[in-house]
Amino acid sequence: MSQQYPAILVIVPLLSAFAISIAGWVNKRLCFPIIVTALSVVVYASIGLLLTVLEKGVVIYHLGGWPPPVGIAYYVDHLNGLVLVVVASVALLNVIAAKKSIEQEFPDKAAPFYTLYILMVTGLLGIVVTGDAFNLYVLLEIAALTGYGLLAMGEERAQLSSLNYLYMGTIGACFYLLGVGYLYIVTGSLNMMDIARLLPPLYQSKAVLAAFIICMVGVWLKMAFFPLHSWLPNAYTHATSAASSLIAPLVTKVMVYVMIRLILTIFTPEFAFATMALNNVVVWLAVIAIVMGAILALAERNLKKMLTFIIVAEVGYMVGGAWLGNRAGMTGAILHIVNDALMTLCVFLVVGNIVYKVKGYAFEDLQGLFRKMPFTMGAFVVGAMSIIGVPPTCGFFSKWYLILGALQAGHYGFVAALIFSSLVSVVLFFRIFEICYYEPFSDHHGHDHPPEPMDEAPLLMVVPLLIVAVILILVGLYTGDIVNHIIKFAIPEGLV
Amino acid sequence: METITSIKPLLAVLVSLLVTPMLVSSRNPNVREGWTFVAAIIKLAIVASMVPAILQGTEIVYTVAEVFPGVAIKFKVDAFGMLFALVSSSLWIVTTIYSIGYMRGLNEHSQTRYFCFFAIALSATVGVAFSANLFTLYLFYEMLSFATYPLVAHHQDREARSSGRKYLLYIVGASIGLVLPAMMICYNLTGTLEFSKQGIFTGTEPNATMLVLLLMLVLGFAKAGIMPFHSWLPAAMVAPTPVSALLHAVAVVKVGAFSVLRVLTGVFGIDLLARLNLGTVICYIAAFTVITASLIALSQDGLKRRLAFSTIGQLSYIVLGVALLSPKGMIGGMTHIAMHAFGKITLFFCAGAIFVATGKKNISEMVGIGRRMPITMVAFFIGSLSVIGLPPTGGFFSKWYLVQGTIQADQWPMLVVLLSSSLLNAAYFFPIVYKAFFCTPEEAMFENRIEEAPIWCVVPLVVTAAGSIALFFYPTLFLKLAELATR
Repeated sequence: MSQQYPAILVIVPLLSAFAISIAGWVNKRLCFPIIVTALSVVVYASIGLLLTVLEKGVVIYHLGGWPPPVGIAYYVDHLNGLVLVVVASVALLNVIAAKKSIEQEFPDKAAPFYTLYILMVTGLLGIVVTGDAFNLYVLLEIAALTGYGLLAMGEERAQLSSLNYLYMGTIGACFYLLGVGYLYIVTGSLNMMDIARLLPPLYQSKAVLAAFIICMVGVWLKMAFFPLHSWLPNAYTHATSAASSLIAPLVTKVMVYVMIRLILTIFTPEFAFATMALNNVVVWLAVIAIVMGAILALAERNLKKMLTFIIVAEVGYMVGGAWLGNRAGMTGAILHIVNDALMTLCVFLVVGNIVYKVKGYAFEDLQGLFRKMPFTMGAFVVGAMSIIGVPPTCGFFSKWYLILGALQAGHYGFVAALIFSSLVSVVLFFRIFEICYYEPFSDHHGHDHPPEPMDEAPLLMVVPLLIVAVILILVGLYTGDIVNHIIKFAIPEGLV
Repeated sequence: METITSIKPLLAVLVSLLVTPMLVSSRNPNVREGWTFVAAIIKLAIVASMVPAILQGTEIVYTVAEVFPGVAIKFKVDAFGMLFALVSSSLWIVTTIYSIGYMRGLNEHSQTRYFCFFAIALSATVGVAFSANLFTLYLFYEMLSFATYPLVAHHQDREARSSGRKYLLYIVGASIGLVLPAMMICYNLTGTLEFSKQGIFTGTEPNATMLVLLLMLVLGFAKAGIMPFHSWLPAAMVAPTPVSALLHAVAVVKVGAFSVLRVLTGVFGIDLLARLNLGTVICYIAAFTVITASLIALSQDGLKRRLAFSTIGQLSYIVLGVALLSPKGMIGGMTHIAMHAFGKITLFFCAGAIFVATGKKNISEMVGIGRRMPITMVAFFIGSLSVIGLPPTGGFFSKWYLVQGTIQADQWPMLVVLLSSSLLNAAYFFPIVYKAFFCTPEEAMFENRIEEAPIWCVVPLVVTAAGSIALFFYPTLFLKLAELATR
C-alpha cells in the first residue's frame, strides 16, 4: 500500500471526480461525503509519503510500471513531500469550511462545483508530485482549466475576470511548454532527473538559456509576479468564497514550487545564480513586487481585494527569497510556501464567514464585527499577525529566514522591502480592526448603543478556521523542526 | 555560575494566559474577578518561590523550543529579571483590587475584555522579564504591544481611536522598523542572540556598525519613552486609569526600560560600551529626555498627562543609571524600576480615585481637594515624595545610588541633570499637594466634607503608599537583587 502513495495522490481524487458528478444526478447530498472521504485519503497518503521520504529518502514511482524515459515517473523528495501535505490539508480543511457557503450561495450547482474542485486539487497535486516536465504542463492545464471554471461561478463580473485570467494563464502555460520544448530539443528527454543529468555539458548553449528564461517567465505569469499580476486581484475577488479560499492559498504557492523545482532540480543553482548573473535583477523585481503589492493593497477599500494584493506582495517574498542565491533565502522561500498557504487560507476563510453572515466584504460592511463574530475575528487577528510577521505565528519565521538570506547576500533593498511590507501590513490590518472595533461610534463610555448580539457563522465554518489559526501558531513554534528535518534536505548541499 | 533547569518560569508566564478562557466563560463578574485573583496570586507565588535560589546566585533556565540554529524560545531567571517580575506580579494583585473599584464605580462597559487583556499583558511582561535572549524578549515585547492596544482603546470613541493609532505607530513602528532589523543584523554578525555579561560581540571587531545597532535597539524599544519616541505615552492616558497605573507606570514602560537595559548589559556588555565610549552617547540622550520631560510636565494641567510626562523623565533615569556604566549607577537604575513603580502607581491610583469620586481630571479643578479626600491626597504626597526621591520613601535609595553612580563614573554633568530634575519634580508635584490642603475657604472648590472614593479604590492606594514607605526601611531585597545583577 505505502508504495502506491504517489499514485493514490492523483488517482483517488481523479476517480472521485467522476463519482461526484454521477452522485450529483442521483442525490446531491452524496457529493460532500465523497469529496471529504477522497481528500481525507489524499491527506493520509501525503503524510504517509512525507514520512517515508523522511525515513528512507527520495521516492521514485514509475506510473504503470513503465520506466523513464518512456514512462512517466513520479519523483518525491523533501521539497515536494512537504508541499504535498500542505496542498492536501488546505484542500480538505477548505472543503469542509466551504460546505455551508456553497449551500447558501449556489445550492443547485453544488455537484459541478465539487467535481471541479477535486479535479483542480488533482491538478495541483499532480504538478507537485510529478517528475516529468511535460506531464507537469498537462497537470498545469488541468489545474488551470478547472480553476477558470471555479472562478467564473462567482459574482456578475466573475466571468470577465476569469476570462482575463484565462488569457494570461494560457500565455503563461504556453511559455512554459515552449521552454520544455527547447529542453526536449537539446536533451531529447522530458524526465526531470534525466534532463538534469544531460544538461550540464550544454550550459553554454543559447537554447538552454532561452529555455530557462522562457520557463521562468511562464511560471511568473502563472504566479502573478509583479508586473505580471494584473489578472489576479479581480479573478480572486469576484469568485465565490469557496473557490477563492481554495485557489488563493494554493495556486500561486504551487507555482512558486515549480519555480524552485526548476532552479534546484532541472537546472542547477550554479547555473541559475552564477552563469546567468540574473539573480540581482530578479531580486530587485521582487522588491518592486513587494512594495507595489503593499501600496496597491493600501489603496483598496474592500477586504477581499486588499487581501489579493497582499498575495501579490507575498509572491515577491518567495521569488526574492529563492533568487537571493543562498541557503537562508531558499529556506525562507520554501518555508514561506507552507506559511503563506496557511495564512492565506486563514484570512480567506474569514472572508468566507463574513460573507456568509454579512453578505459583503467592503470595509463598511465590517462594522462591529468583533462583537458579532468574535471567533472568526479572533482567527482573523491570528492570520493578520502572521502576515504582519509577529512571533510566534509562522509568518515571522519565514520572514526571519528571508531577511537573514538578504543580509548574507548583502541585498539591503530586499531587507528594506520586507520591513516596509510588514509595516504596511500593520496599517492594513489595524485599519480593518479599527472599523470592526470602533464603528459604529458610540458615546464616551459606549453605553447608549445596546451591544449587538453575537451572530457567529455556523460551527462547520468556524471550527476549520480555528484549526487553521492554531496551526499557524504551531507551525511557528515548530519551525526549528521543519527546517532541520525537512527543508534542510530539500536544498542541495552545494547551495550555502 | 550555577544554573538549574526548571519549568517554573514558563508556568509563571503561562498562568495568566491560561486563565483567560475562564475569564471569558464566567457569567458572574464576581467569579470572573475571583479567577483574576487566583491567577495573580499563583503568579506571585511562583515568582516568589524562585527568589531564594536567585539570591544564592543561581540562575533558573528553561528552553521551550529551538526555532533557529542557536536561537531558542528560552527563559532564564536572573537577579535583574527577578526584580522586575517581582514588582510587576505583586502590583498586579493590588491593581486588580483597584480595577474592581474603578471599573464598577464608573460602570464601565466590556469589563470581561478588559480583564482578559490585562491578564495577557501581565503574561507578556513576565515573559520579557524572564527572557534569555533577544528573540524571546522581542516575542513577548510584541505580544505586550498588541495586548495593550484594546486596553488603550477601551472607550471605543474617536479620541481612543486616534490615541490607539498613535500608540501602534510609535510602539510597533519602532519595534518592527528598528529592533527587528537590528536584531537580524546582530544575529547575522554573531550567530547568537543570547544575553551574557560579555555581550554577544565578543568575537567581532568593534566598528561603526555598533553605534548604529545600539541606537536602533535603544530607540527601537519605544516603550522606554526615550525622546523622540515618547509621545505615545501621554496619548495612551486616554485609557482607564488602572491601565495607566499598572501598564503605563509599571509594566509596559518598564518593559521598555528593561529591554534597553538588557541591550546595554546583555547584548553589548558593559565592557564593550566602556571601550567604545558608547555609554556616554546614551547618557546624553537620556539626560535630554529627563530634563525636557520634566519641563513639559510643569505645563500640563491634566493630572494624568502630568504624571505621564513625569514617567517619561523617570524612565530615562533608569536608562541613564545603567549608561553611566558604573556599578553604583547600575544598582540605582535597576532599583529605580521597583522604587518608581510603587511611587508612580500610587499617584495614578490617586488620580483615578479623584476621577471616580469627583469626575475631575485637571489639576486646576483640584484646589482644596485635600479636605474632601484626605487619605487619597496624603497617599499622593507620599507617592510624589518617592518619585522626587526624598526620604522616608523608597525613591530616596535609587536616587542616592544614581547620584553616587554619576560621581563614581566622573560624569559631573549628569549629576547636575539628576539634581535639577529632582527640583523640577518637586516643582510639578508639590503645588498640587499644597493647593489640595492649603487654600482659603473662598478658593476651595469642594465642600468641607470627607467623601472618599469607593473602598476598593482607596485600599490599593494606601497599600502602595505604605509600600513606598516600607521600601525606605526594608530596601534590602531589591538592593540585593540589583547588586547581584551588576556583579
